[in-house]
Parts: sequence; structure tokens; C-alpha cells
Amino acid sequence: MSAARESWLMRQQKKFEKNTLLLLIGILVVVAIGGIIEIVPLFYLKNTIEKVDGMRPYTPLELAGQQIYVSEGCHVCHSQMIRPLRDEVERYGHYSLAAESMYDHPFLWGSKRTGPDLARVGGKYSDEWQLQHLIDPRSVVPQSIMPPYAFLAGRPLDLSTLQDEMRALKAEGVPYTDAMIASAPADAAAQADPDSEFETMQAVYDGIAGRKGSVQIRNFDGQPGPPSEMDALIAYLQMLGTLVDFSTYQADDLKNQR
Amino acid sequence: MTVATSSRGSIDGSTFVVGFLTFCVLLFAILGVANAADWAFRVHAWMFLIAAFAGMAFLLGWHESGAAFPRFDPTYYEEGVVKAGIIATMFWGIAGFLVGLVIALQLTWPNLFYFPDFGWTNFGRMRPLHTSAVIFAFGGNALICTSFYVVQRTCRTRLAGGMWPWFVFWGYQLFIVIAGTGYLMGVTQSKEYAEPEWYADIWLAIVWVTYLGVFVATLLKRREPHIYVANWFYLAFIVTIAMLHIINNLSLPANLFGSKSFSLASGVQSALIQWWYGHNAVGFFLTAGFLAMMYYFIPKRADRPVWSYRLSIVHFWSLIFIYIWAGPHHLHYTALPQWAQTLGMTFSIMLWMPSWGGMINGLMTLSGAWDKLRTDPVLRMLVVSVAFYGMATFEGPVMSVREVNALSHYTDWGIGHVHSGALGWVGFVTFGAMYCLTQWVWKREKLYSTALVEWHFWIASLGVVLYITSMWVSGIMEGLMWRAYNQFGFLEYSFIETVSAKHVEYIVRAAGGGLYLTGALIMIYNLVRTARGDVPVEDRRRSSQPPTLQPAE
Amino acid sequence: MTDHSPEIDNHSGVETTGHEWDGIRELNNPLPRWWLYLFYACIAFAFGYWVLMPAWPGLPGMSGATPGILHASDRAKVAGELSALARDRAALSAKLATLDAASILKDPQLRQQALALGESTFGDNCATCHGPGGRGGKGYPRLADDVWLWGGSLADIEQTIRYGVRSGNPKARVIDMPAFGRDEFLKPAQIDDLVEYVMHLSGQPADEAAVARASQVFIDNCKTCHGAAGTGDRSRGVPNLTDADWLYGGDRATIRRTIFGPRGGVMPAWGDRFDPATVRALAIYVHSLGGGE
Ligand code: HEC
Ligand code: HEC
Ligand code: HEC
Ligand code: HEM
Ligand code: HEM
Ligand SMILES: [Ca+2]
Ligand SMILES: [Ca+2]
Ligand SMILES: [Cu+2]
Repeated sequence: MSAARESWLMRQQKKFEKNTLLLLIGILVVVAIGGIIEIVPLFYLKNTIEKVDGMRPYTPLELAGQQIYVSEGCHVCHSQMIRPLRDEVERYGHYSLAAESMYDHPFLWGSKRTGPDLARVGGKYSDEWQLQHLIDPRSVVPQSIMPPYAFLAGRPLDLSTLQDEMRALKAEGVPYTDAMIASAPADAAAQADPDSEFETMQAVYDGIAGRKGSVQIRNFDGQPGPPSEMDALIAYLQMLGTLVDFSTYQADDLKNQR
Repeated sequence: MTVATSSRGSIDGSTFVVGFLTFCVLLFAILGVANAADWAFRVHAWMFLIAAFAGMAFLLGWHESGAAFPRFDPTYYEEGVVKAGIIATMFWGIAGFLVGLVIALQLTWPNLFYFPDFGWTNFGRMRPLHTSAVIFAFGGNALICTSFYVVQRTCRTRLAGGMWPWFVFWGYQLFIVIAGTGYLMGVTQSKEYAEPEWYADIWLAIVWVTYLGVFVATLLKRREPHIYVANWFYLAFIVTIAMLHIINNLSLPANLFGSKSFSLASGVQSALIQWWYGHNAVGFFLTAGFLAMMYYFIPKRADRPVWSYRLSIVHFWSLIFIYIWAGPHHLHYTALPQWAQTLGMTFSIMLWMPSWGGMINGLMTLSGAWDKLRTDPVLRMLVVSVAFYGMATFEGPVMSVREVNALSHYTDWGIGHVHSGALGWVGFVTFGAMYCLTQWVWKREKLYSTALVEWHFWIASLGVVLYITSMWVSGIMEGLMWRAYNQFGFLEYSFIETVSAKHVEYIVRAAGGGLYLTGALIMIYNLVRTARGDVPVEDRRRSSQPPTLQPAE
Repeated sequence: MTDHSPEIDNHSGVETTGHEWDGIRELNNPLPRWWLYLFYACIAFAFGYWVLMPAWPGLPGMSGATPGILHASDRAKVAGELSALARDRAALSAKLATLDAASILKDPQLRQQALALGESTFGDNCATCHGPGGRGGKGYPRLADDVWLWGGSLADIEQTIRYGVRSGNPKARVIDMPAFGRDEFLKPAQIDDLVEYVMHLSGQPADEAAVARASQVFIDNCKTCHGAAGTGDRSRGVPNLTDADWLYGGDRATIRRTIFGPRGGVMPAWGDRFDPATVRALAIYVHSLGGGE
């Protein structure tokens, strides 16, 4: 470094370290740049989120389940992000796409795998297994270190805030309609009760997904009566990874290889 | 000391505004209690209500207690809030370490440490309690109280803002309590290190911007021509955290009186915003802030000049510029577009030297004073913290290399990395600073016991070593097991085998955590005795050693 | 105190900057050379990496980021690896999918590979229910023995795995035991008697009088499936009640619970998740656990 440049550096520095506001503004400018250049393009570059078939917003019951997932802190141990690495694809299935979390406000990719990835756990196990595992993980997997969630089974699902939540999500761009919001509590109950008139709600959500069977109607926790928190959580788990239709998604297409 | 003391009736301006703000909080809290959409929100509204009520009662009482002493006397340094900060730091430190130990034990002996009837004690809820308690409550209080101390000394002026620093202190404690109780009740936005819900976020934004205001106002009225390097770092830390916090927490509440909100961004965008925030919480909270601490306490304790002014300048500006870009290294191989991952990785590598600039300046400041390390365990703590800082900031860029991250991500290696930074760097530099501060603000000639500091130092060091080595072993082991193939080319291990394989390492980690906590408890004892002004053990021993004939008292 | 004039630090002989804060001064040491050069080296590395890899985002209106001269892509890479793997394994897969069971078992190398694939897949997908090594658990049959609900031939096992049991798959194996208690086909007293009868069938101590009372009830209600002797029906997945091997458990409470209402355990259909070769390999592995039929 030449003497001239050093003194230039010093001269600039003097200005900043003698003037509080200049220092403040200098810092703000310097720390703003990186974030702007990295974050803003994600909103306008078109290939950020893949075009896929089958994605739809969560049904009211699944949405409630997702919130239990968040509130219990499952994301603290479980990732929902299969990386495009050979062992992960072999262990968990197709690597996760950005499209698969586009209705998650916020994302639930996780940062630590104390338990296995759950991005494609939907359909892997039976509802009974999920139930038993959540009630007492070590009763099915003796070496498990997962906490027990027995208390979810008896707890009726609180549907009173569901519509507000869907309204907020709608405002943020999730394609819920007013009709879907209006019928949300009834739809949540219908999804957990195969004896109910679930056909309408099923048709609505299947309609957005563009295929039949994207909505699973079952009594997830096996208990009669209105849905429990367990129903909601299992409904959410059983949906994970089942939406995108990988038969029509051209993963090998160059435009999908970012 | 010819300062006009505020007389009764003419209430000091800052006290008035703080009182008014507290009153507004009270009003909102009453509305919240009355209209709460869910029980957790109601609990929190009550907490705000009680806190605001207590705050107002205190302000009134304090004001009414008369003008017996000059309030906010500009000829004195404000040290009350520093004292409160030391107490809060140590209190939350113990709480955070204890919860850390509990969750470490949960992963080790799930049958003993999970309580099926108390969902709120589950790992998923306790882990964020731990991370927030150690980072924001322990680390944050340490940063606030040292910054308040350092900025006054290095600007030779009293802290600006009258009542405002106290507002910052108590407002911050309220935030911590709201956040922590929220996790236990399941109130969380799920974003790591930004879990508190929208109303806690707003409250923190208010407190934090006030903090920025107090700090900047103090710098503005400084009586030194130049701003000291520690204050550049404090300022960068405060203002950047304000920016990160506000942007990462932009979200829409489902109900104005409910605890649930949804972040504005979703999916991949929310992921990058979160890790832009998350990484820089490390960069500005756990690095820039603590570097500021280092830049004051090491030269002060060693009584040596800072080694290189030029290095300070270059590493300061390069550090803060480069740090911001490194966030995507938390999202390697995810659905985040690869170009962003490239930027995350390359900037992390470029970050190595700017980070080490701080280490070099810290360590080299000791040149000419190395001998003090033998006799002064407090200085040793400060220096060892810098060494751990160097280690964590070497490991970080290594883990940012995509190929390495493919192995380390999702595993305990990350946990090891975190704790070499957290226990070794953040923890030790804080301990060092708290030992110094306690002695200084309570105006004691020396600490109650240097021997106990020695004990603390060695016990905690052993704890750190056990913690991080066990996590490296278990992290690399599980990473390798996940991708191990048998001779036919098929996956060798099931996931659950990798879980059981970590059991021994988990025991070692818990032991390390237990030692670290023990050290901190010893420290508290020592600090309390110091603050109380008890005769230092070493002096007592000396005076009782020779059979001198002391006259009876 | 304003600026001091620079002075020489008498320990190091280096000049100070002349500033002082609360007694802290600063030396005017230059940047360490090694530090600076390493910093430059890291920057140079970054530039090199940007040229090679996708790096800088385009402006609005552009389609993406700079692709880098290597045109590298994780997704393309893993797709390549997986198709290379598929090519390597094409022979194995083809043989597994097409050869008949007997010839697979006869070819030691093929059998070994199939077992390796089966074992590897079993650990993460099946052991969670059927236990490590297929040792079974309550409600989840033990696979490591020669007691089979749906038959223990390779073909039987493979069918169970591919389509599952009560899995919702159109070809799933389905049979539902009636809910004798819940649907009130039988009176509680009759069920109590049947519990004793089942205890008796499996050779456990039972109340003789109750057994006698229940024998006709059993013939009327249970024989169609479990057979007159209670030995079950493997063609339909009906368990044998005369042995010591229980799906749910052989104590009175568990038996009563089963007769009251069936559990109808679900075994997922794995043909939807795995390719035919993997399903076949799983079948071979499971078959080997039970000693093979
Ligand atoms: C302490 C960490 C921890 C927490 C918190 C946790 N889990 Fe787990 N989870 C595990 C571990 C370890 C396993 C693997 C062993 C097992 O199957 O129990 C697991 C396995 C699972 C599996 C089976 C996955 C598979 O493919 O085999 C599911 C489903 C699951 N967890 C769901 C949940 C849900 C839902 C929650 C929150 C309500 C949760 N977990 C909370 C650690 C955790
Ligand atoms: C969700 C839990 C679950 C999982 C996972 C599971 N199974 Fe099963 N499996 C069952 C149940 C329940 C039955 C018994 C069904 C019945 O009542 O007939 C069963 C039955 C079977 C049977 C028939 C046993 C007999 O006695 O006839 C075979 C073979 C089998 N499973 C193999 C597998 C294999 C291989 C896998 C993994 C690819 C697997 N299972 C995964 C639940 C599971
Ligand atoms: C329609 C056929 C059918 C009829 C009729 C039937 N069962 Fe079953 N039974 C089954 C099947 C299938 C199972 C396997 C368990 C399941 O449902 O998951 C079973 C299981 C059982 C078991 C549990 C076995 C174990 O290993 O745990 C008992 C006990 C039993 N049946 C008793 C009876 C008795 C007593 C009756 C008459 C009152 C009866 N069953 C009538 C089909 C039948
Ligand atoms: C040059 C400096 C550093 C770099 C480049 C760096 C890099 C990294 C990387 C690559 C990860 C792993 C991300 C993942 O795979 O999930 C990580 C995690 C982490 N690092 Fe660092 N690190 C640095 C310094 C530090 C320091 C000094 C601390 C202080 C405590 C620290 C705290 C953390 C924390 C808390 C995490 C965990 C984040 C999470 O997943 O929750 N890092 N860092
Ligand atoms: C007694 C001391 C401590 C113990 C026993 C302890 C234990 C733990 C445990 C068990 C975890 C969870 C790891 C996992 O999910 O597998 C954890 C996470 C974490 N701890 Fe600590 N901890 C201690 C001190 C600290 C301190 C002092 C800090 C910070 C200043 C800290 C910061 C963190 C962070 C940031 C994480 C999250 C890491 C991540 O997400 O990658 N811990 N700790
Ligand atoms: Ca139900
Ligand atoms: Ca938040
Ligand atoms: Cu980072």
C-alpha cells in the first residue's frame, strides 16, 4: 500500500470518526448493499420459483395443523428441505422445490436434523402410526429422542381464529377466496370426518390443485367428534410432499436447473 | 457541581415522555386484555399491563420522592443502569445456561427429561427459550450495559437522554419476558432468533430505536474529537440490528388482538430474508457488538495501546460490508437459487480476514503485557475469548464452502461451531467484561477472590472443550453416516442408527454444559461478594497469615 | 483532551496515533502483510469462483443470473448421478423386476445385492413400524418369523408390500373383522365368554364354563374367517388364534378390545414410493428374515 493511498484512507476515516451522523449514515449505506443485491432479485427473477402442477393452498385443517407444527416447535428438529444430494434423494425422495413452500408464511425448511426430514413424509405411514408415534415416540421407535405429544390428542381444535388467519394469508397473496374463508371452520371439521358432506370442500381445493385426491378426508386421530389438534397435525403431516405432480414436472429441463 | 436540580413540579422532560409512553402502553394493554382473541395474547396483554403499571408507579414515586439529589447530573457518569445491566446479564446467563443444560439432557435421556403432561417443557419449546435467553437476554444485556459504560468513558460525557437509558433497560427486560413466556406457550413465528410474535417485535423495535437514539446522542455530545473504535462497532451493531430486526419481522397479524401473524414474504424469499437476518444476528450481535467490548476491555485491562489503528479501520469497514452478504451460506443446496448460494459462500470466505483483523488487534494488544496473563485470570479470560473468536471465524468460512456444508449442514457440527463461538467467544468476553465492570462500577480495589476466577476459568474452559469436541465428533459422524454407502452402493445406515450413535457424545456435551454452568455460578458468588464490598479473600489470608499481634478491636 | 501529538510507545518503539480515550491509546502499526495478502487471495478466489459458477443476479427483465462458464447446477448434477446410478444398476433392476423368484434366490450374487438393497430400504421405511430387523411391535406383525398373516411366499410378501393392507390403494389387501362390541352384534357377556374362548384356543388358562358357553358363539361368528379350530386363513389375512404369536397381544384386555372393535391396521402401499425392483428387493429381504417359505 502506497503512502499516498494510506493517507487518503486516513483522511476519509477522519471524516467519519469525527462526525457521528456521517458515521451512522456511512454504516447504514455499507450494510444495506449486500442485502439489497441478494434479496430483491428473488422477487423479480422469474426462475426463482419453478412452475409446477399440483400446488394448492393448505386446507383449513392442514393450515391449523401447520400452526400446531410451528407452535410445538417441530421445525426445531425436523427439516422440510431435501437437498439435491444423492444420499438425501435416496433416503427422502425427490429434492424439494421452491414451489413447494410458496404458501408457507414463513418457510419451514429448518436448520437442524435432530429428527429426519419431513418434506415427503405424507403417506409414508398410517394415521394410526402417526398417532401412536406422536403420543409416545419410543413406543414405536425405541431409540427415538423425540418428545411425546400425547396432550394434543385430547385437545379440541380451536377454530375461532382460522378465518382471521386465512384472511391475513389472502392479503399476503395466498389464493384463498372469500367463499373458502367463509366455510373454513366447517371445511376443517368436514376433512376430519368421512361421514360428513366433505365433497364440496374437497372439490374446491382439488380444483386449485388441478387434480383429484389432493385432499385426504379421514378421521385422522380415530376419535369421534369434532376435530382435535391431533387431527389437524396428522392431516398436515399426511399432506406433506404429496402436492406437486412430479410426473409433469420436468426436473431435467434446463430452465429448471438453477 | 453547579447543576440546577430539577425541582418538584417541573418534571424532567425525558421522564415525562417516558411516562407518557408507558401510559400509552398501559392503554393498549387494557384494550388487549379486554379484546384478546386467544389466551396467550391475553396473558401477554396482562404482562404489558402490569409492567406499564409498575413503570408508571415507579416514575411517579421516584418523582415525588423529591429532589434531594441532582437527577441526571451531567458531571457524573450514569452508572446505575450499568449496575442493573450487570445483574440482568448474570441472571439471564444462568437461566439460559440452565435451559441449555436441560435441553442437552433431553436429547440424552428422553425418558427422564420429557414430561408428557407438560407440553411446554418439550424440546421444541425450550430450545428457542435457550437460544433467546443466551443470545438476547445474556448477550444483549451484556452489550447494552457495556456499551452504556464504554460510550460514557470514551466520550467523557454522561449518557444522554436522562430517563431514556432506563427505559431501554426495562423495556428490554420486558421484551425478554414476553418472548420467553411466549415460547413456552407456543407463541412463535418459527424464524430462528426472531421467534417472538409481532407485538413483541414492535415493542423491541421501539426499545431498540430508543437505544440507538441514546447511543447516538451520547456520541454527539462527546468531549473527545474522535470517536473511539469500540464505539464504531457498537454503533454498527445497534443500527444494523435495528435494520435487520425490522425488515425480517415484517408480518401481518391475523388479528389486532391475537398472537398469530404471518410473515409478508413466503417460501424461498422468506428463507433468504430470515438468514440474511440470522447470519447477521451473528455478525452484528455476536460479533460486532462483542468486538466493541473487546476493543475497550482488553486494552483497558492490559493497560496497553490498541495494536493497530489502521487494522481497526480496514477490518471494521470490510467486516460490516462483507458480513451482510454471507447469509445464504445457511441455505446451501436448498431450493434457494444457486447464484445466491455462490454469493453466500464467496463472501464468507472473503470474511475470514476481516474477522481475523479483530483477533489480531485483540491479541497483539497484549504485546508487552503477556506476563499479566499468568497473574490475572480475568485478562486471560478476555484473551482466550479472542482465541475462540479466531477459531469460530476460521471454522465458519470452512463450513461455508458448499462441499463442506453438504456434510456439516443439519448436523451437530453446526452446534459445535455455534458453541465455540457462543461459549468460547461471547461467553468468555462477557465474563471478562463483567468481572472488570463489577469491580469498577462498585468501586472496589479488587475482586473478592482471584482464586475463584481461576476456578471459573478452568472449569468453564474444560466445559467448552468437552462441548465442542463432542459436537464435532458427533456432527461429522452423523454427516458421514447419513451419506455412507455399503459395498453394494446402497445407503448403509438408517436415520435412527445415526441418532443412537450420538448418545455418548450427548452425554459428554451435557457434562460440558454442566461445567460451564458451574463456572458461571462460581462467578456470581464472586461478583456478589465483590459488589457487597467484602474483604478480598487474598487480603484476608495475607493479614491472618503471619502471627502478628493485632490489637483487639 | 484534544489530539495528543503522536508519541513513541516505549515498549514496542512504535508510534501512537496521538488519540487517547479513557487512557486507551492506539499504536500506528501497519497492516500485517500476511493478513493483507491472505485477504487479497480470498478476494481473488471469490472472483475466480464467480466466473466459474452461477453468481450475479440479473436486473429486472433479465431471465436469471450469470450462469458461470462451468454451467454448474446442483440439480443437474444430482440428476446425472442418479441416472448414472440407474444405468449401473440397470442389469440388477431388470433382473429383479423380471426374473421369477426362484431364479433370483438361486443366483447368489443377485440375491446378495437384492438383500443389500432391501435391508437398506427397510431401515428407514419399515423398521419404524416393524421394528429393527422386523422384530415386530404391537399392531405391527413380526416379520422375522414364519408366522404370516397374508402368506409367506415371496409373491405373497411382495404383493403385500406393493399394494399394502387397507392402504387405500385399489389393489390393497383388505379384510375387516366386524366390530362385534361397538356395532352391538354381540352382548358384553358373550364377548367376555369369547375372550375366555380365545385364551383357551391359544392354550392359556381360561374359565372352562365360559369356554363352553362361547363355543357356539365362535362357530356362528368367527368360524367364517378364523376357521372352526381358530387357525386363521392366510389367503385372507386372518390371524391364527391358536398360536402364541399375537398381532396385538394375548392378554384378556387386548383380546377383548379386538373383539369389541377391530383395529384394522394399515400397511402403506410402497409401490407408489419405490420402483418395482426395490419392492422386489424388499420382499426378498423380508422373506429372508422369516427364513423364507
Ligand atoms: C427433540 C427433537 C424432536 C422434536 C421436537 C420432534 N421430533 Fe419428530 N423425530 C425426532 C427423531 C429423533 C425422530 C426419529 C426417530 C423416530 O421416528 O421417532 C423423529 C421422527 C419423526 C417422524 C417420523 C419421520 C420418518 O420419516 O420416520 C415424524 C412424522 C415426526 N417425527 C413428526 C414430528 C412432529 C409433528 C413434531 C412436533 C409436534 C416432532 N416430530 C417433534 C425428533 C424430534
Ligand atoms: C405404518 C406402519 C407400517 C409400515 C411403515 C410398514 N408396514 Fe408392513 N405392515 C403394517 C401393518 C399394520 C401390517 C399388518 C396388516 C394386517 O393387519 O394385515 C403390515 C404387514 C406387513 C406384511 C405382511 C406380514 C404378514 O404376516 O403377512 C409384510 C410382509 C410387511 N408389512 C412388510 C413391510 C415392509 C417391507 C415395509 C417397508 C417397505 C413395511 N411393511 C412398512 C404396517 C406397516
Ligand atoms: C371378517 C373376518 C373376521 C371375523 C368374522 C372375525 N375376525 Fe378376528 N380377525 C380378523 C382379522 C383380519 C384380524 C387381523 C387384525 C386386524 O383387524 O388388524 C383379526 C384379529 C383377531 C384377533 C387378534 C389376533 C392377534 O394376533 O392379536 C382376535 C383375538 C380375533 N380376531 C378374534 C375374533 C373373534 C373372537 C371373532 C368372532 C367373534 C372374530 N375374530 C371374527 C378377521 C375376522
Ligand atoms: C467468519 C465468520 C463466520 C462464518 C463465515 C460463519 C459461517 C457459518 C456457517 C457456514 C454456518 C452453518 C450454516 C448451516 O449449515 O446451517 C454457521 C452457523 C452458525 N454460526 Fe457461524 N460463522 C462465523 C462466525 C460465527 C461466530 C463468531 C459465531 C458466534 C457465536 C457464529 C454463530 C453461528 C450460529 C449461532 C450458527 C447457527 C445458525 C443456525 O443454524 O441456527 N458464527 N456459521
Ligand atoms: C451451559 C451452556 C450451554 C448448553 C448446555 C447449551 C446447550 C445447547 C443445546 C443442547 C442446543 C440444541 C442443539 C440441538 O438442537 O441439537 C443449543 C443450541 C444453541 N445454543 Fe446453546 N448451550 C449452552 C450455552 C450457550 C450460549 C452461552 C450461547 C450463546 C451465547 C448458546 C447459543 C446457542 C445457539 C445459537 C443454539 C442454536 C444453534 C443452531 O440452531 O444451530 N448456547 N445449546
Ligand atoms: Ca377425530
Ligand atoms: Ca419475530
Ligand atoms: Cu452465518
